[in-house]
Amino acid sequence: MEAGVQTLLFWFFAILGIGGGVGLIFNRNPVYSALCLILNFFSISGLYLSLSAEFLAAIQVLVYAGAIMVLFLFVIMLLNLSEEKGILDITPTRLLSLLLGIALVVELLYVFREFADDSVKGAFQYGKVEPLGQMLMTEYLFPFEMISVILLSALIGAILIARKYSYSED
Amino acid sequence: MVTDIMVAFLPFIILLPLIGSIIIGLGGMLFPSFRSQEKLIGAIGTAMVALPFIILVYMTASFEGSAITFKLWSWMRGGDLDISFSYLLDQLSLLMGLIVTGVGSLIHVYSIGYMHGDKGYYKFFAYLNLFIFAMLNLILGDNMVVMFLGWEGVGLCSYLLIGFWYTDMLKAKAAQKAFVANRIGDFALMVAMFLIFTTIHSFSFGEIGAQVEALADYRIWIPLLIFIAATGKSAQIPLFVWLPDAMAGPTPVSALIHAATMVTSGIYLIARVSPLFLAAPEVMLLIGIIACLTALIAALIAIAQNDIKKILAYSTVSQLGFMFMALGVGAFTTAIFHVMTHAFFKACLFLGSGSVIHAMEHVEGVKDPQDIRTMGGLAKHMPSTSKTFWISTLAIAGIPLLSGFFSKDEILASLFFGGYTEPVYWGIWGIALFTAMLTAFYMTRVAYLTFNGMERFPKGARPHESPAVMTAPLWILATLAILGGYLGLPALLHVPHVLNDMWLATEGGIGAEGLISNSVQMVENMHEHHSMEYLLLPLSALIAVGTWFFTRRFYTNNGLGGDKKVQQLFGRLYSVMENKFYIDELYEKTILTPFMLFSKYVVAWVEKNIVDGFVRATYLGVANVGEVFKRLQTGLVQNYLLLVSMGVILVLAYIIFT
Amino acid sequence: MDLSSLQPSVLSYLAVSTLMFVLGMIGVLSRKNGIIIFMCIELMLNAVNLSLVTFSKLHDNATGSMMVFFVMCVAAAEAVVGLSIFIALFRNKLDIDINSVNIFKW
Repeated sequence: MEAGVQTLLFWFFAILGIGGGVGLIFNRNPVYSALCLILNFFSISGLYLSLSAEFLAAIQVLVYAGAIMVLFLFVIMLLNLSEEKGILDITPTRLLSLLLGIALVVELLYVFREFADDSVKGAFQYGKVEPLGQMLMTEYLFPFEMISVILLSALIGAILIARKYSYSED
Repeated sequence: MVTDIMVAFLPFIILLPLIGSIIIGLGGMLFPSFRSQEKLIGAIGTAMVALPFIILVYMTASFEGSAITFKLWSWMRGGDLDISFSYLLDQLSLLMGLIVTGVGSLIHVYSIGYMHGDKGYYKFFAYLNLFIFAMLNLILGDNMVVMFLGWEGVGLCSYLLIGFWYTDMLKAKAAQKAFVANRIGDFALMVAMFLIFTTIHSFSFGEIGAQVEALADYRIWIPLLIFIAATGKSAQIPLFVWLPDAMAGPTPVSALIHAATMVTSGIYLIARVSPLFLAAPEVMLLIGIIACLTALIAALIAIAQNDIKKILAYSTVSQLGFMFMALGVGAFTTAIFHVMTHAFFKACLFLGSGSVIHAMEHVEGVKDPQDIRTMGGLAKHMPSTSKTFWISTLAIAGIPLLSGFFSKDEILASLFFGGYTEPVYWGIWGIALFTAMLTAFYMTRVAYLTFNGMERFPKGARPHESPAVMTAPLWILATLAILGGYLGLPALLHVPHVLNDMWLATEGGIGAEGLISNSVQMVENMHEHHSMEYLLLPLSALIAVGTWFFTRRFYTNNGLGGDKKVQQLFGRLYSVMENKFYIDELYEKTILTPFMLFSKYVVAWVEKNIVDGFVRATYLGVANVGEVFKRLQTGLVQNYLLLVSMGVILVLAYIIFT
Repeated sequence: MDLSSLQPSVLSYLAVSTLMFVLGMIGVLSRKNGIIIFMCIELMLNAVNLSLVTFSKLHDNATGSMMVFFVMCVAAAEAVVGLSIFIALFRNKLDIDINSVNIFKW
């Protein structure tokens, strides 16, 4: 990928993604929050693209933005939630969480500072579908199969949890 | 090739009795209708012992002379410790296995008849099979840990079976007594095992045999501790008190566990680690002395008893004393020989007594079906039982040409030849000879008073002979009691001693091959003073026959009154004998009573103030601390999460910045 | 305009990932609406995914990408179960304020 395009992609989607994240936590209406999150997911997908991870970028849009967020929106609208009040109130808990957040940023950036000079321009063969698919069917076959079991159990669990219990029948 | 087949079969020997026990036990527990299927239960129980016996016969027939070890699976591992369920097939374990499963199957068959109609029929067979499983572990185990598992397992089964009729308080207490007495010995065995392991870092019998020199630091201690363990299991002074009480169990149990197999495991163990004992002549001498005292005291007590099973129990203690005497002089193969012959005739005697008790229980007006004073003249009513009982009696008394004669004479000869090296053995030999005479006396007495003379039970009663399922094992055992001795004919006949020369003491060195070897000194003496045997053999024959003949005439003339004359003969000693040398009372006074008093006052105070105080302080402390810290449990997820993230960030900071 | 000074390094990607993660964390710790908290958790997962992909690219190694793939699958499963829990919760309480759920309180 051309350096200039990558730079542009990065800054555009970085700012858009962080903006989406901020929007997520500062919106009163859950629907707006969800839309901000979708924005964030699209940006992350863009960032993947800028890292030439095309396959992951695609399924980021498909799975996250497409499937999971639709589910979220669906549930939010199903429940018809009212707007949350006082999201800008300053409480001790919020102050503490803000402090913790800043501390975490400091810590992580302190650790990551050694990557300052590492370039992201190198080749990346695992961005394509084919090598990833091969890995999935060979080295990661067992986790891959386990994932299918997890998905199945999640499916059954969700049905069991969310169904309406009628206590009359047993 | 043959070895492969043997290895393939080996797990079955061990596991079949366990499987049988599980099937019968679970079946009985889960399906009440299964409990009344006596024939089915009996068939399963017997088959699970008879099959291993058949396999063992095949193995013995195709055995090629070199020991086979077989590892079932690794049990635990760590550092030097590597314990696995490995089993050893050699001449000794094959012989013991044949005795255990052979006599065991006969006793299972017998039990089908004996236990008929008992409420706990299925339990009985489950326990018996479990016992065989444990016993096979004991004798086939290749290392001391598997052996110890079996050792504890037979102790457990013994406890379960002595207390089989546990609703009777006396019987439950007898079971407890056996269990506790055995625990003392087990403790000693564990200490011996630890000493061995810390020194040579192995539990395997082969290693122990090969590294006797490395164990020189504990040259005295290890054999001594093993001997203490053996005194518990094999009923020697000072721990023999449990065996007579153990007669509370059903009679087949007395025959199987407390006569033929379990009580000989101490002898087996000592024979298995014989190199350790050969390195410690002091301990050997101690074994000899204790064994001869045990044999003498038990024989004296047996004279003054009237309960048929008690007499046989003391006789067992006495015969075990004989075996230990043989061990003490270093004649390990001889001891095993006597284990074998004793298993045959003593099992036969016990089963015969069971048959008698079975009959007497159905006679009206007999208070105690085990009291020989209310028997007499039973030979007419119970021909099979009477004949087999007499055969075994003559065998144990040492009448020539029967098995007991050969094995007992070999023990006496070994003791005598041991005397050339260490004169104390001559003393032991003298006592042993006297004890052999007493044996002939009390055994003839019990057989005569039971089966011959006047009928002392209520007139008109007709005790019936036991069913064929009970008499058939009696006849087989009686046959073995006659023939068993021909495996070990005396040296002076110049025929090979099958058991010693051709089987047990084969070439291959000491211990390393898992074989047992007799004391070199003793064997040399035997060759040197070879001619003495011409004197010893007739002497013991004469004593046995003479005593038998005299006793028979004595009781024919005097009937029960004979006991009075015996009482006069022994004078004041007789009441001591009658009261079992007051050993139970002695233990009660010296150990139990002080212990009880100590518990009552000292321990009670400690219990109330220190132990309970500690418990109270613990819960009060926990309650108060909890009262304070429970406020952290707000039930709000975000509070928890906040604390979690705080913790994570702090730990991360610690990792990053230090 | 010279873009070379704005050229992103691995650190830039990791910084974006860190900021998103911390935003998600603050959201989880501060908001009361259960579903928004849940969405913040998804945000945190995605932030981590981003750093995984970055490292995968840095070392040209498949493990990171594979991990992202599995995280996505687990996140999908988790979203389904989590949302059904909220539905069940809403059915009982007519509200999904997580402060209303404190049955574990002493």
